[in-house]
Amino acid sequence: MNLAKLEEKLLAAARATPVSDAVPYAFEKRILAQIKSQNMHDEWSSWARGLWRAAAPCVAIMVLLGVWSYYDSNSAVLDLSQEFENTVMAVVQPADSAW
Amino acid sequence: MDHTEGELIQAVLRGDSASFEPLVEKYSPRVFSAARRYARRESEVEDIVQEVWLKAFQKLGSFRGEAPFEHWLMRLTVRTCYDFLRAHKRNRESSFSELTEPESDWLEKFVHQPETVPENVDAARSLVTRVLEQLSPSARLIITLLEIEDRSVKEISKLTGWSIPLVKVRAFRARAEMRKVLAQIAKDKYL
Repeated sequence: MNLAKLEEKLLAAARATPVSDAVPYAFEKRILAQIKSQNMHDEWSSWARGLWRAAAPCVAIMVLLGVWSYYDSNSAVLDLSQEFENTVMAVVQPADSAW
Repeated sequence: MDHTEGELIQAVLRGDSASFEPLVEKYSPRVFSAARRYARRESEVEDIVQEVWLKAFQKLGSFRGEAPFEHWLMRLTVRTCYDFLRAHKRNRESSFSELTEPESDWLEKFVHQPETVPENVDAARSLVTRVLEQLSPSARLIITLLEIEDRSVKEISKLTGWSIPLVKVRAFRARAEMRKVLAQIAKDKYL
C-alpha cells in the first residue's frame, strides 16, 4: 500500500469535507444568561475583596490609636478611675453641704 | 477594527453585558465551524464554543484592539479546542479492524486503483476522521491547521502561541505520527 498516496487522498477528503457553521437555536441568549449569572456572583466577590482591602487600613489605624493612647497616658489629665470618683462624689457633696 | 465592534467592546468593559450579544451572534458561526473540526458530538462542540465565549467575556479587558477582534477570538478558539483535545485524549490504541464495510471497501479500491479512487465520499471522510482521532492532541491540531485548513506556519504560531520553530518541529512530528497510524492501517488490514 502506498502510504504517501493514502495520506494525500485522506487529507484531500478532509479538505473537501464541508464543516457546518450552524449555531443552535437561542445559543446567544444562553451565553448571555450564563454571563449574567456569573456577574451576580462577581458582585459578591467584589464586596468581599473590598472588605478584605479595608481590613488592613483598619488594623493600621487601630495600632496607631493604641500607640498614641499609650504614650499619651503620661499627660496631666487624671486617670479614668479618679474622674469616675469625682463624678460620683460631685452628686453626693451638695447633699452633705446642705446638712 | 470595525467602529461598531469597538463601541460594543467598550460598552461591555463599562459593565453593559448586553452589548456582548451582537458579538456572540456575529462570530458564533465561525467559532462553531472551528470547534466542529475537533469534536464529533454536538454536545461537546457546544461545550467548547460556550467556553470560548465565557473566556472571551472574562478576558475582554486584555483585548488591545491592535488586530481585528475576530483574530483575537480565533486565537482563543484554537487554544480552547487544543485544551479540549488534551482533556479528552481517547485510547489511541484502538485497532483499525473496527473499520466499517464502506471504509474497508474504499481502502480495497485504493490498494487496486490509488489514482482513481474518489476522495469526496463518506467512507474517505470517516476514515480520515478515525486517523485524526488516533493522533496526539498537538499532532491533530497541527495537521488540521496546516494540512486541512492550509494555514501558514506563521499563522499557526499566532493562533497557538507556539514559537515558529516549535510549530515546525511539531509539524514534522505530526506528519511522522500520521504515517505511523496509516502504516498501522495497512498492517491491521492485510495481516
